[in-house]
Amino acid sequence: MLKDITLGQYFPGDTPVHRLDPRTKLLLTVAYIAAIFMVGSWGGYALVFAALVCVCAVAHIRPKALLKGLKPLVFIIVFTAILNLFFTRGDDVLFQWKALRVTYTGLERAVSMVLRILLLVSGTFLLTYTTSPLAITDGLEKLLSPLKKLHVPVYELSLMMCIALRFIPTLIEETDRIMSAQKARGADLETGTLPERAKALLPLLIPLFISAFRRADELALAMECRCYNGGEGRTRMKQLHMSWRDGVAFLLGAALIAGILLLRRLGI
Amino acid sequence: MDPIIRINNISYTYPGSDKPALDGLTLDILPGTFTAVLGSNGSGKSTLAKHLNAILTPSAGKVYVDGMDTTDEGNLLAIRRRVGMVFQNPDNQIVANVVEDDVAFAPENLGVEPHEIRRRVDAALRQVGMYEFRMHAPHLLSGGQKQRVAIAGVLAMDPEVLVLDEPTAMLDPRGRREVLAAAESLCRERGITVVLITHHMDEAIRADRVLVLDKGRIALDGAPGEIFSQTAALEALRLTVPETTALITRLNAAGMRLPTTALTDEACAAAIMEALS
Ligand SMILES: Nc1ncnc2c1ncn2[C@@H]1O[C@H](COP(=O)(O)OP(=O)(O)OP(=O)(O)O)[C@@H](O)[C@H]1O
Ligand SMILES: [Mg+2]
Repeated sequence: MLKDITLGQYFPGDTPVHRLDPRTKLLLTVAYIAAIFMVGSWGGYALVFAALVCVCAVAHIRPKALLKGLKPLVFIIVFTAILNLFFTRGDDVLFQWKALRVTYTGLERAVSMVLRILLLVSGTFLLTYTTSPLAITDGLEKLLSPLKKLHVPVYELSLMMCIALRFIPTLIEETDRIMSAQKARGADLETGTLPERAKALLPLLIPLFISAFRRADELALAMECRCYNGGEGRTRMKQLHMSWRDGVAFLLGAALIAGILLLRRLGI
Repeated sequence: MDPIIRINNISYTYPGSDKPALDGLTLDILPGTFTAVLGSNGSGKSTLAKHLNAILTPSAGKVYVDGMDTTDEGNLLAIRRRVGMVFQNPDNQIVANVVEDDVAFAPENLGVEPHEIRRRVDAALRQVGMYEFRMHAPHLLSGGQKQRVAIAGVLAMDPEVLVLDEPTAMLDPRGRREVLAAAESLCRERGITVVLITHHMDEAIRADRVLVLDKGRIALDGAPGEIFSQTAALEALRLTVPETTALITRLNAAGMRLPTTALTDEACAAAIMEALS
């Protein structure tokens, strides 16, 4: 059952979006997030939405996949909407029922906040849907490499991320196995009060931790045997390189931001 | 021929332990040979293996790899590059979540040029028959396949010696066969020196030389035929003989006269056929 959790949620593909350099995609995602906060008119939201739809179409990501990703956020979205709807102060009352008062400003703010969350989350999902976790790690390492001068262990951090990604499925499998073993011995992990269930989890966590430490020990040994000696002087088999595609992507990103600012100016 | 590994009277005691894991062991390993190391639990096999690539250094005595002293810190990477090591659990040796990226790990550490890494990775994966799986996620492979990826990961360093510490202990019979076939072809076709540590007597049959360790010392040393005919000596060391030898011994006890040196299944079958006809 734990195996059903999808991780990284990468959809392999060979579209122009997939082929972009991960650094480009990371930078554009940051720019996209900034752009959403620059939106100052309804036309701006429409423009961002249109851009999102275009990228989805080019990357062959079905809207259904995006909507599925948004599902766990329903609570936060509803909560944000209610908060903005009922607790925004203003004089332009739309309707009032006892202490509950909805103003026009509140309605406007609720809608725009919800739109922002939806656009923001879908945009970042597009990044993880079209870029393998390893490529994201690689891209981050390259982008953060100036920090090496400040003695930030960028390479080590990226290796840690890479190893974590590698071992998550292995540890999930192991958890499943230990759970089955405990259940076979009559452990009850699914019913009972919260403290009871937490207590029942202990015989699950202890073997899991012990095994994780043993694995770490063996992995460190295997890495040493394969000449690992820190990030210094290391080369990479897969070199990242930018192409004309990345140039086009940056231009389109700049056009999007310019469009948002223009619409805001015009108040459309 | 000069030995690729020369072990000169080494002893090793683990910190906090009172009895030595290795106790005055001397051994030369010739290049291009296939050596099998046997011994009961705790006889010092893994400890010996870890001395071959300077993971451990002897408390007394010396180990030389290709003429380099393992106690000299400056030789560390040169030694580890020459002596590749594969362990029991394939899950705990694979670093990356794509097969080819994992195989690239060692040459990347060594600072090899990107296109040369690509060449070595492809060659290593072909060598162990895992080229078609280069884009796969390791956790979706079978045990035997994972272990072959681990071997490829070491081969990408272009090593002269391959040390395998019970590489088949966690595998099913099919995975065992795959891994052994890979190790054997590396030795016979590419001339890589192989040191195979194992609990399965059957896996030692095809070796050029069999060593039996006991209490950190070499108890028996010789060709497989010589070693496995010494049934009594092996039993005293808490080891059994291979199935073929056991069969021949029983047939001989029943009055047949078969050579105890017919170790492989084919040789044993041929000997029995000959005796019957
Ligand atoms: N990390 C350690 N700390 C202390 N003692 C150890 C350690 N590792 C092994 N030993 C001891 O050293 C001796 C030799 O161990 P070693 O692991 O080399 O045996 P082995 O032949 O590989 O056994 P096995 O067949 O079980 O793998 C044993 O007595 C063991 O208890
Ligand atoms: Mg051992």
